[in-house]
Amino acid sequence: MAEPISHVTAQMPRAKLAGLLLFFLGPAVVIYSLFSIYPLVATMALSTYTSDPSGARSFVGLANFATLLGDALWSKPFWNALGNNLIFFVVHMCVQNPVGIALAGLLSLPRVRLKGFYRTVMFLPTMLSVVIVGFSWNLILSPLWGVASGALKAVGLGSLFAPWLGLESSALVTLSLISVWQFVGIPMMLVYAALLNIPEELIDAARVDGLGQFRIFFHIKLPLVLPTISLVSVLTFVANFNAFDLIYSVKGALAGPNFATDILGTFFYRTFFGNQLQLGNPTMGAAVATVMFFIILLGLCLYLFLVQRRIRRYAF
Amino acid sequence: MTRDQRARSIGVHLVLIAYSLLAVGPILLVVMNSFKVRSAIFGSPLAPPDASTFSLIGYEKVFRSSHILLYYSNSLIVTLVSMALVLLFGAMAAWALTEYRFRGSTALALFLSIGIMVPIRLGSVAILNMMRSAGLNDTLTALVLVYVAQGLPMSIFILSEFIQQIPKDLRDAARCDGVPETRIFFEVVAPLLRPAIATVAVFTIVPIWNDLWFPLILTSSDSTHTVTLGVQQFLGQYITDWNSVLAALSMAILPVVVIYVILSRQLIAGLTSGAVK
Repeated sequence: MAEPISHVTAQMPRAKLAGLLLFFLGPAVVIYSLFSIYPLVATMALSTYTSDPSGARSFVGLANFATLLGDALWSKPFWNALGNNLIFFVVHMCVQNPVGIALAGLLSLPRVRLKGFYRTVMFLPTMLSVVIVGFSWNLILSPLWGVASGALKAVGLGSLFAPWLGLESSALVTLSLISVWQFVGIPMMLVYAALLNIPEELIDAARVDGLGQFRIFFHIKLPLVLPTISLVSVLTFVANFNAFDLIYSVKGALAGPNFATDILGTFFYRTFFGNQLQLGNPTMGAAVATVMFFIILLGLCLYLFLVQRRIRRYAF
Repeated sequence: MTRDQRARSIGVHLVLIAYSLLAVGPILLVVMNSFKVRSAIFGSPLAPPDASTFSLIGYEKVFRSSHILLYYSNSLIVTLVSMALVLLFGAMAAWALTEYRFRGSTALALFLSIGIMVPIRLGSVAILNMMRSAGLNDTLTALVLVYVAQGLPMSIFILSEFIQQIPKDLRDAARCDGVPETRIFFEVVAPLLRPAIATVAVFTIVPIWNDLWFPLILTSSDSTHTVTLGVQQFLGQYITDWNSVLAALSMAILPVVVIYVILSRQLIAGLTSGAVK
């Protein structure tokens, strides 16, 4: 926006420009500020207060955070949720993104027919509500229905079946994989779009040099789409550290078994609204939300300073 | 094609078909079994319904014991109104940001883009307080306001890119003829944004329709529930009634799938045209 955009608007009288800006930008800026930015700031402000049973609020500075991180009653579930959230994220990074990139790579090969069909089908789960996806998989993996164990038996692996969603040791990874199944379409599409933008001449040159499709992908295409991959990673990070619906719909607010699937989103919900075990606490809820905000902010900053700056953008 | 190439091509298709099956299999399985009698759901889950196993009992129960149609209309109202406002206000703001030069325009653009990365959900505690004190608690209006605020940043971002691609001569010619700025936007620029709408829709409609969090915290009475929340609660109550559960799931899946299949070409074109780069 450095260049004068139009000589007409550059010469516009100030009052007229102000009126136009108010008309065009007013509604968007007001709604966005009021219902997005203000609540974020107000939530952070609220996290420095405490409320007594009568509802009266008093300022306590950072005491809520000290409680959250120091008091065993709070810090144990908090660290548990944070650790689980990290595992949730690592599974996405190690499974969702490589699978998405691989599918995009296959789709972008020359002369693959039915591309449109595959893309449509593979992106379908991404369009569905997490609640529906969670419940459907819950039924499929349930030992009651026997679809999953039957399918494993059919390929001779019946002995491997276990009620994965119900076991403390496997519930979190299973839920992560369900989420991966749903959202693999996003890295696939974004990377696919980036792969399509690579000029044909580059690939042709490599082919003339005698490189096979496999090496062309790893030595030419992949380095060129690294900026997209890093964008996908940061999108995955933000989405994962803000996730809630899947765990809530499959496991409920208590994130069972024995909090094995508790992540920051469900921990926040319980703190804020309460549940069978505890009363809702808005100010502590605000503190949890603030911590989540800073975790996401930290991730975004790491991305901007460590990754974004080092990535060379190729101009075609 | 040489033999080698053909073998490789078959390999590629095998992988793609296998993954496609993995992607739609679970959805098909749920929808298929929702049309079967209970004994067939358990007895032969992988078989499609036939004359002896076909049954609509699950759907009957869902219609009788839940306000599913009400939930649908709530979801529809919230999604359509939010989308219309996101598109209108988003396009207007994108136009002003790309077309007019003014002090602080870069800062304002940055301010508006915070919402792309920072989830509005983290402000929930304050949003609930605000809605309570404004008397909007448990209304669809509250949901619309939150969703518009949530959708605006991405829509402004995408629409700005589109507006920049519109030839400048077009609006300057109109200006020389003395056409007012508002008419230039609504009559010259806005109609040209039509292709962008599918792209913006991907990023606004889908998250709104599928959202569980805000209906969960902002609506409490049955009359304001959306499909996602309604189905979630229904499933929770009827967890042992497999016919109802599968029917409720299918009813929540089907509309999205139908819309997706109709729009998929545009949606995917929007996604792959580099809306997010």
